[in-house]
Amino acid sequence: MDIRPILSTLLRHKTAAALIVLEIALSCAIVCNALFLIGNRLDHMQRPSGFDETHLVFVKANGITKDEEAKAVTRADLDGLRAIPGVDSATVVNQIPFGSSVWMSGIKLRPEQEDSTLSSTNYMVSEDGLKTLGLRLLEGRDFAASEYVDDGDGWIPSVIVSKALAQRLFPDQGAVGQSIYVFGNKPHRIVGIVEHLPRPRDGGASAAEYDMSMLFPARVSYSDGGTYALRVGDPARRAAVLEQAKQVIASHGPTRIISKGGTGTMEDKRARYYRNDRAMAWLLVAVSAALLVVTALGIVGLASFWVAQRTRQIGVRRALGATKGQILRYFQTENFILATLGIVLGMVLAYAINQLLMSKYELPRLPLSYLPVGAVLLWLLGQIAVLWPARRAAAVPPAIATRSA
Amino acid sequence: MIAYYLRLALRSLRRTPVMTALMVCAIGLGIGASMTMLTVLHVMTQDPIPSKSGVLFYPTLDPLPSDYQTSTWGNPADNLTWPDAMALLRQGKPARQAVMAGGGLLVWPLDAAGRPTEHGGRYTTWQFFDLFGVPLEHGGGWTAADDAQQARVVVLGRDLAMKLFGSTDVVGRSVRLKDTAFRIVGVAAPWSPQPRFYVDLGGGRSFGEADDFFLPLSTAMGLQFDISGNRSSWAETDMQDKLRSPSMTWLQMWVELDTPQQVADYRRFLHDYAAQEHASGRFQRDPDTARLYPLMDWLGHKKLVPSEVQLQLWLAIGFLVVCLVNIVALLLAKFLRRGGEVGVRRALGARASDILLQLGCEAALIGVAGGVLGTVLAQLGLWSVRRRPDGYARIAQMDASMLMASVALAILATLLAGLIPAWRASRISPALQIKAV
Repeated sequence: MDIRPILSTLLRHKTAAALIVLEIALSCAIVCNALFLIGNRLDHMQRPSGFDETHLVFVKANGITKDEEAKAVTRADLDGLRAIPGVDSATVVNQIPFGSSVWMSGIKLRPEQEDSTLSSTNYMVSEDGLKTLGLRLLEGRDFAASEYVDDGDGWIPSVIVSKALAQRLFPDQGAVGQSIYVFGNKPHRIVGIVEHLPRPRDGGASAAEYDMSMLFPARVSYSDGGTYALRVGDPARRAAVLEQAKQVIASHGPTRIISKGGTGTMEDKRARYYRNDRAMAWLLVAVSAALLVVTALGIVGLASFWVAQRTRQIGVRRALGATKGQILRYFQTENFILATLGIVLGMVLAYAINQLLMSKYELPRLPLSYLPVGAVLLWLLGQIAVLWPARRAAAVPPAIATRSA
Repeated sequence: MIAYYLRLALRSLRRTPVMTALMVCAIGLGIGASMTMLTVLHVMTQDPIPSKSGVLFYPTLDPLPSDYQTSTWGNPADNLTWPDAMALLRQGKPARQAVMAGGGLLVWPLDAAGRPTEHGGRYTTWQFFDLFGVPLEHGGGWTAADDAQQARVVVLGRDLAMKLFGSTDVVGRSVRLKDTAFRIVGVAAPWSPQPRFYVDLGGGRSFGEADDFFLPLSTAMGLQFDISGNRSSWAETDMQDKLRSPSMTWLQMWVELDTPQQVADYRRFLHDYAAQEHASGRFQRDPDTARLYPLMDWLGHKKLVPSEVQLQLWLAIGFLVVCLVNIVALLLAKFLRRGGEVGVRRALGARASDILLQLGCEAALIGVAGGVLGTVLAQLGLWSVRRRPDGYARIAQMDASMLMASVALAILATLLAGLIPAWRASRISPALQIKAV
């Protein structure tokens, strides 16, 4: 196939050709970035939490009790909840994943240190915490029964940290056995390291930062923000357990109400937490699809125009012995050249847009792997779009050449 | 003449229904997407209280230690500490002022059988209602004396009054909040400026529902009611009295300054206060860090528009641009194909500008149709936005000005897009074309 005549024709239709190239370039740039944003969001949404999500339900109660009473009521609640058929274990935690609040505390490595080395989220659990939440211990041990204290009553002797936090605090040596200072100037000894322990809300944090949390053996009463976590043996029983749990809570006082925001299965909470991201991902998919359709329509429109304009020319070529296949390939090659120009321009544009997004919205750099995906997509789109006008051109009968103007 | 051109345009568009439909759809999609996002942005950045935004100011001080590192979680210096807020309240001379914080409480219905429900409200000082012009349906606010005495008085929002009593005329009756009885002194008419500029902004609190109750801040402090919003502290505080600590910020303050002179005076007062605290050694940072933000500047400072929405807006605008390039290409194809017709008209004496006008009419007609379609699509888009869980989503409504803007944008966009093809077509030399016909 000779490319020279194609090029010379295109040069005579500079405006139209430039428009097609521009359209393909813009689509390519936007689609590459949109795909990248979708991937980014999916990555965020699929980060492992380390909790046993399929077996966990949370129950949060509100009410009015004096401080001393609240501790007793919390203990009674836990006993009642543990007795529900299907509940393997129960604990009370100060904050829950995908919940509404985040507790952060500064960590010091020495008591006399003025400023915190870093701040991290702190979970507090009562007995059975690790087992109930399903956190996987990598090193060290679980809390001993003697280590649990009532929140606010004295010093908490031990702490379990996430792997990410351990590596950040003690990059050169093992973290187990080391001490950190969080609440005052008495040490908390690190007794164990769990694989994952993420912040309750990701807040757009990077994967490493998201996973930096610590866990204290401290009993929080329900009136101080404690939420009950129940491990249900059979996931199918979760709804039934939640219903029964509400009854247990209600039976422990006339003035207790269940907080809607803090109650439900962990899977529901995850789905709810990420529904904006999911909506955004779908929106990006929809816009990208619409963009590609619009681009395809533009190609169809212009190619049809060219075919209509060159009907006689095509007839002459056919009369001179050009086959239908050659006419078809002529238009396909033409589109390939335009698409290639558009894609090259689009790549540059894609990077420029990404550069802008990086500076304004703290997004990572566009990985190179997205570019070939965008390129192939637009090449295919161009070829498919041009097929219909090209076949109409190929169908032009040679006799048309002899028809007088 | 225009009417004739429009008739011609209509006929021409009807001759190629598929192409016309494609072009109208492309414009409609582009306009629909970008107007949806522009409307969302519009409601997020609108003036929440146009009658007073010019005279409301938000003072801030910076009591943080000099080596304090602010993080992505927000700057504690955006709120005030209790001692500073009380000092400003006492010593400042604005026309009106109020200090406030948000709080959530269990509210008890009067019949013993009812269950308590959780409601959010505001703990504030007596001038709050006058300061913001909050309309009161019955009764009034409370007095400076009530603040001083920690009086147990409350102003209920209309909805809560209706829910508890089935009536709004309930001044003088009592209601139990948490574990304490309060006397109702007023019932506020619905008042819900969006964005909720006066609250501790951020964290999903910037848009959404109105306050259900208002009560004196001093009373809430005395009864140790829970507060909502950010509490940031940077030093060891006495756990018993942490809300009164000089190293924890949690309060918002608004002042009304009616004249430029008052603004200048207050700014100087704020600076002097910071300088005095700096001299006494309590503030480590330069007194110049004290700021007095006009309301709209404050909203800008707090960056209410999530980057999510901005990204979506850029995406929608990019989409509109692609749609427009597409329209240019299609119109170019359509107009150049009519070379013969243009040639004949030119030979019969039509000027190039007449051709431009005629084809311009055709482009405008497509623009109008696309604009109408785009407005419908934007309504659909906004409907889907309103189904999202965010606070701002519920107020995503298109007002008359945005409606006009979207049709105008559609016509302008197509006219611009039609300009190049029409201009190209009007340059067609008549002789060549006629020869070809």
